[in-house]
Formats: sequence, structure tokens, C-alpha cells
Amino acid sequence: MISLTSIELSKIFRKLRTYIGFLAIAVLVPIVQVSLYFQGENYVNFATRNLEEQFMFVGNLMNGYLVAYLILQALFIHIPFLIVLVGSDLFAGEATSGTYRMMITRPVSRLKIAVSKFLAGFIYTNLLLLWLAVVSLGVSVIIFGAGELIVLRDKVYIFAGDDVIWRFILAYGFATLSMTTVFALSYFFSSLVENAIGPIVVTMAVMIIFIIISALPIEILEGIKPYLFTNHMIKWREFFGDPVNYNEVFYSGSILLGHIIVLFGITSFLFNRKDILS
Amino acid sequence: MEKEKVIEVKGLTKRYKNLIAVDNLDLNVHRGDVFGFLGPNGAGKSTTIRMLLTLIKPTSGSIKIFGKSMPQNRIEILKKIGAIVEKPDFYLYMTAYKNLEILGKISGADISKNNIMRLLEMVGLSERYNSKVKTYSHGMKQRLGIAQALLHDPELIILDEPTTGLDPQGMKEIRELILHLSKEQNKTVLLSSHILREVELIATRMIIINKGKTKVEGTVDELLNPDQLKVTFEVDDVTKATELLNHTNWNAETVTNEKNEIVFQLSKNEIPKLNKYFIENAIGR
Repeated sequence: MISLTSIELSKIFRKLRTYIGFLAIAVLVPIVQVSLYFQGENYVNFATRNLEEQFMFVGNLMNGYLVAYLILQALFIHIPFLIVLVGSDLFAGEATSGTYRMMITRPVSRLKIAVSKFLAGFIYTNLLLLWLAVVSLGVSVIIFGAGELIVLRDKVYIFAGDDVIWRFILAYGFATLSMTTVFALSYFFSSLVENAIGPIVVTMAVMIIFIIISALPIEILEGIKPYLFTNHMIKWREFFGDPVNYNEVFYSGSILLGHIIVLFGITSFLFNRKDILS
Repeated sequence: MEKEKVIEVKGLTKRYKNLIAVDNLDLNVHRGDVFGFLGPNGAGKSTTIRMLLTLIKPTSGSIKIFGKSMPQNRIEILKKIGAIVEKPDFYLYMTAYKNLEILGKISGADISKNNIMRLLEMVGLSERYNSKVKTYSHGMKQRLGIAQALLHDPELIILDEPTTGLDPQGMKEIRELILHLSKEQNKTVLLSSHILREVELIATRMIIINKGKTKVEGTVDELLNPDQLKVTFEVDDVTKATELLNHTNWNAETVTNEKNEIVFQLSKNEIPKLNKYFIENAIGR
């Protein structure tokens, strides 16, 4: 299995499209960082405007932690697109290139092929988020310095500088679960077709539709909102509350994990029975 | 003594909605055969090969390879098979060497540089081992396809139209390679083609199929000798037909009731005569 997964990783990392995600993050994050470097004080002033009468704010509020938090919030909707670029190609890419035949006529079970592709995609997803963490958190702290983190949610939270890193670690951990769900969806669609464009479009369409449904204040839709995985993907924000609502985190985490297991299960089942006609 | 059957296919059928791609096909390949699998384009050759290799599932019928059932013993069987199915496709963004290394790893083959280079040398690609496959011509990909089929030193080699797109010299080289594999390395080869000439030059036995059905099967000598043709008649009433035959000089070689088939050993001239006889006596199909 290790050998098969390393082969899948080798295929992923020999394709140009794999680096689009890393490149996009390397370009987008500095744009946000430069913008905040020059205009970030506006955000801080906005967050603190109602509190300035009662409190006095001193120190570096526009710091690397806040920048990393804002980047994570801003890019969270866009990262899935970078994930599906690779996820959608895992099966469909083999069908398009005709290499399915080479793979499946080898003495290895289809289940092992499906598992190795999933693991390779999971590793790619983790690496992409790790890259996001390094570029957004690491580089931001170097540029902006550290300090207290001010978070504007239903209320304003201010976390001490030494109370932040663990929140980021858990938030990125939860984000990995969220992005793996997106990856699993693209992996599933990829196994159904013979061209990677379809799964990219369909996965993104599903996400966009779910996000729109979640945002619509229509009573009839309220009943289905708890079942939309997109609602649970954003629960990494819970780690930036006080106290952290762990019940909410575990509930959403288990929903996402359930999605991943079901999508992987269906994909493996279908792939095992699939006629390879390409 | 009959040779060991390496491939034994019985009643193999593949149906796609209204299309019957392979229809009740029987096929026997013996150890050491270079078995020609002939038929026009769309006859069902590739579909049959895909079923042999578990790429697609048969609608009905049974497949035994090395005496073991497919797909129940799939992994064990595939360890002993090397194949090209239709055109050989590779990871174009990788070099030929890397492609073989990856495919060899999956097969559990010897992926030492010596072994990979030996195979590339055998198919005449050793000088381009480090070129990406996307820079290869069709003929070079075909030859690389043969190299990947031989990676794990298989006992049975299944080659689906391996000379498609090759120039005459390339075709000759592939034929010589197949003969070498059969004679020097004792491999069994199933070679599909739509060109009779290509098969008759190297095959020991062959089958001709059309529209998914067997037309004739036998040794190349039998089939190419007009006095030694094995002909299968499909009739609507086997009992009536065999009763009628008792009053003639035609002797049926085998009669298969469940398939309504009667096999004869006939000369070319006798075929239309027997056909006419059946029609005149209201034996139809």
C-alpha cells in the first residue's frame, strides 16, 4: 500500500496542475498581506470602534496572527477549487490518458488502487493546507510580528499572544477535515467519468449551491441546512471563540468525517464494479 | 496427450443494452501456443480480451486461466500475464524508464536498472530511455507497450493488435520478437489482429470471430488448407439435422445440443453443398 501510494503521489507531483494550488497560495496570500500592511489599521479601527470609549488599545493589533486569521477566512471558499483540481484528476485522468488499462491489468486489487489514490489525494490536501499555514501564519508573523489576536465574530474576542498558536493548530487541523471532504467529493465524481473537467465543475457547483442554500433565509430550506457539509466546513472558526464550543466542533467534525467515509465507500464500491472501457 | 489449456473460455457473452459484443464464445489456448485471435474491426476481440483481463465483466460465461477461474483468482492469475490492450497508453509526462519502473513496482517485477534497460534494449528503445513518452512516436509507444507487458516475466502474453500503426519493418520486428518469446522463452501468446497475413505468419492455432461469434477455430495448417476446414453450422433443430445426416456421407465431428451447433471437417467446396442440403431439408437458422 505504501508503494502504491508513493506511486500515486509521484503521479500527482509530476503534473503541472498540482503546483497551481501552491502557486495560487504563494501569489494570493502576499497580495492580502501587502493590502493589510498598508490598510489593515482600518480593519482594527472598525473592530474596536465601539470599544474605544471604554477601553484603551495599546500594542500591535495588526499583527501576523490577525493577518493569518483574515487570510484563512478569506481564502477558505477558494481553497476547495485548488483541491478539486487534483482530486478530480485522480480517476478521470487515468481514463482520459488510457492508463487505467495499464493499472488494472496489474496484479493488484482495485480496492488497493482506490485506497492509494485516496491517500495520495489526502496527503496533497494536507500539504496544500500546510503550505497555506506556512505562508499565511509563518510569513505574516515574520512581516507583521506577533501580538494579541482580535477577532470580530458575534462579539469581539481578544486573545493573548500566548493563547493563539494552539487555536491556529486546531483550526488548520479542522480545515484539513473540511478540505478532505471537498477532496472526497471530487474523488467520487472523478471515478464516474472519463474527463477531469466534469468533476471539477460538478464539485464546485455542489459547493456553490450548498453555500447559496445556506445563505438563503427561507424557512423551507432550514430543515436541510444542518445536512449540508458546507455549513460544517466553516466550524474551524469555533476555535477562535471563548470558550471553544467543542460540542459544535465534534458534531461538525463527525458530520464531515461521515461524508468522507461514505464518499470513499461509494467510490470504492463503484470502482470495483466499473467496466473499464477507456 | 492434449496440451495444458492456459486459457479456457466457455460461453462468454457480453451484452450492452441492445448490442451483443461477444456472443457465447468458446476459446481454448494451449501452453506454448502462439494463438491468433482474428476478426474484423468490431468483431469483439478487444471486448473478449478486456473480459480475460477483468477490465470488464462478462454478462455470462466462464473464464479459466492457468486452470483457475477469473475473476475469483484475479491477482494470482494476473501475476502471470503481460498484456497490451488496444493501444498502449502511458503517463506521457514521465520518461519511458519511469513508466516501466512504476508499472513494474505495481506488478512486483524486478525493477532493477539492469532489467528495465534489458527490456528497453530488447524493444529498441534503450537510447531513448530518458525521454518523456509524450515525445515518442506511435510505433515507439507500441514497442514500449511490449516492454511493459514483459516486465514481470509473464507466462502468458496477450497482445491486442500490437502492430497497429507500425511500418512494415516495425511489424516484422514485432513478429520476430513474438516468435522469439514463444520459441526461446516458451511463452504462450494470444495475439489479436484483423490481418490474417500477420497471424498466419507466426500463429500455431487461431480462431476467427465475427459479430462476437466464433466462425472457425483450429490449427493454422487446418484452417489454411482448403481440404481441412473445421466448419461450425448453427441449426435450429439439432436432432432433426443429425437424423438427416445419418442418411448422407457427411459426418459431424461434434454436436453441441445446447448451442445448436454441429461441427464438420469439410473441404471448401463441400461447405455450400452442405448448406444447400440443410436448406432444402428445412433445417434453418
